Amino acid sequence: MATMTLIQAVNDALKTEMRRDDRVVVLGEDVGKKGGVFLATEGLYDEFGADRVIDTPLAESGIVGTAIGMALYGLKPVPEIQFMDFIYPAFDQIVSELAKFRYRSGGQYPAPVVIRTPYGGGIKGGHYHSQSTEAFFVHTAGLKVVVPSTPADAKGLLASSIRGDDPVLFLEPKAIYRTAKGEVPEGEHLVPLGKARVVRPGKNVSIVAYGAMIPRCEKAAELAAAKGIDVEILDLRTLMPYDGDAILETVSKTGRLVVVYEAARTCGFGAEVSAFVAERAIEYLEAPIVRVAGFDTPFPYSLEHVYVPDPNRILAAIEKVAHF
Amino acid sequence: MKTKPKRVIGTAGKTCPVNDPRLSGEIQKQLYRWMALIRAFDTKMLGLQRQGRIGFYGPIKGQEAATVGSAAAFEKDDWIFPALREGGVTLMRGFPMEKIVAQLIGNAGDACRGRQMPCHYTFREGHYVSMSSVIATQLPHAVGAAYAARLRGHRIVVAAYLGDGATSENDFHTAMNFAGVWRVPVVFVCQNNQWAISVPFEKQTAASSIAVKASAYGFEGVRVDGNDVLAVYSATRAAADKARAGGGPALVECLTYRMEGHSSSDDPTKYRPAGEAESWVDKDPIARFRRHLESLQLWSDEDESSFQSVIADAIAQAVDTAERFGPPSVASLFEDVCSNGIPPHLREQLAEVSPAVHRP
Repeated sequence: MATMTLIQAVNDALKTEMRRDDRVVVLGEDVGKKGGVFLATEGLYDEFGADRVIDTPLAESGIVGTAIGMALYGLKPVPEIQFMDFIYPAFDQIVSELAKFRYRSGGQYPAPVVIRTPYGGGIKGGHYHSQSTEAFFVHTAGLKVVVPSTPADAKGLLASSIRGDDPVLFLEPKAIYRTAKGEVPEGEHLVPLGKARVVRPGKNVSIVAYGAMIPRCEKAAELAAAKGIDVEILDLRTLMPYDGDAILETVSKTGRLVVVYEAARTCGFGAEVSAFVAERAIEYLEAPIVRVAGFDTPFPYSLEHVYVPDPNRILAAIEKVAHF
Repeated sequence: MKTKPKRVIGTAGKTCPVNDPRLSGEIQKQLYRWMALIRAFDTKMLGLQRQGRIGFYGPIKGQEAATVGSAAAFEKDDWIFPALREGGVTLMRGFPMEKIVAQLIGNAGDACRGRQMPCHYTFREGHYVSMSSVIATQLPHAVGAAYAARLRGHRIVVAAYLGDGATSENDFHTAMNFAGVWRVPVVFVCQNNQWAISVPFEKQTAASSIAVKASAYGFEGVRVDGNDVLAVYSATRAAADKARAGGGPALVECLTYRMEGHSSSDDPTKYRPAGEAESWVDKDPIARFRRHLESLQLWSDEDESSFQSVIADAIAQAVDTAERFGPPSVASLFEDVCSNGIPPHLREQLAEVSPAVHRP
């Protein structure tokens, strides 16, 4: 075990998988000599060379589009999109091509591309360096969507994504790139996709969340504990396919659900969780489901702290469902 | 059309020795047979569409020289990233004809299990990659595949097909730019049939040709007479040889003409000037190449009638075989979404579909 930040764990996963499998290549803007704007790919260029750590021209559709071609040919490309807010030039390639290749070719052409991209608020980046638009991609059949919240999960989930045979959108919570620190197994480490993790057990209220919201939910749970409310937190880790069994287990235990996500509220992933619980476990519910989310406004610059759910807003929701 | 295309066969069938690839008589006859087969197949399929036996068809008629001349210039191990009108290349690469018809019908005989509209073939064994209907998206894929091949030390070339309309798309620019920077072994083959559905070439670009665009990306582009199979072959072969030897990408623009509508759903008389289509009948690539072969005593009326009879039988047999397949299974709707079979959430959705309701 070594203590690492979340971004160091991402870097460790890339190094480990690139050493293990020479089909793994990294490409994107500034990923080479610079090591990426957040330094996720630091040191890879020196170790693996310019042919496997590729500084590309500045064009997201080209980064993803050429990565698809590499994957069709048998490589395991891991393109980086510098910020999720810049992914839209590649949206067509992701939605119409990457996600559909295996299906439309009758299984003849799988396209195992793992797109890494930092998402969400936390760096005072305004609209274009802060958004959390995972719902667009979860809505696309054929794509897996993964969001770690701890260093160990970042390494294990990324390694599993790379070893898998499916396209994955790997969303990295940039707000906690350096603040999330923890023990990470050295060498090969895998965490299976599609399995949620109980962050803390509790009896009274369930929180379902993911990514950068997890530490905020933990803080809110501490505040709630001081008021006598015992909160269970479930970290989904994978949004597609999500761990429905784990959601039903926690909700059937507590009967009260708060869903926390930093994306715009309407049609965000929390809407799916709410609908799923309403369909499958309404008989267990003691209170209405409450969503704590970003607002249906563009992501702000100066008022970011108002937009992104914080422990106090989450606590208010916990108290609301606890005392319903 | 300001840039004059390179040409081998004159419209009267005479050859220009400068660009002549000097192919053997047997190879020239094989090019002709492919062109004639593709024409006969195309005519039959459009007919099946009119009879309601297939849902849609994108005809190739008029573009056989551009298709065959370019595809014949690539080696068996080279990869093809097609656009809409390269379906004939599957025949050249050995895809069984009944599989092609089954794809057009979309039944259980289709290798892609009826998941795409007609003309969206996939033939992995022949390195003919699955296409989408989105324009130009295949071009960056071709560049990436060429990069991967080079990284793995394989001496293959990747063919990236596109139409004139595709050159206005973001992904055309992106792919050309990446290809130039990476100097990968990819040959862009543009079938400039001068119409993107109803939009003519001059509304697509102010450039004098598609070929000139290559120079902005740091590599060569050449415009050839796309109705001259030898000129297309010659230019594509030169580009492929150079790319294979490490000389980087190239663009071959085949100036041709779409003699039918964009698809079975299109009526080109609504937007084309009167007489234009008729003027291209004289430049029909098949008639023109046949005159050339006849002038060299490589082909005769007897050869023609016996070949036409052989391919008519083969096509009829393929249609008959393909039409015997039933529809794809309902479960196939849920397969191939991801690796390792149908995942639990899709199993639940499959269970919602009552076999009684969905029996064909």
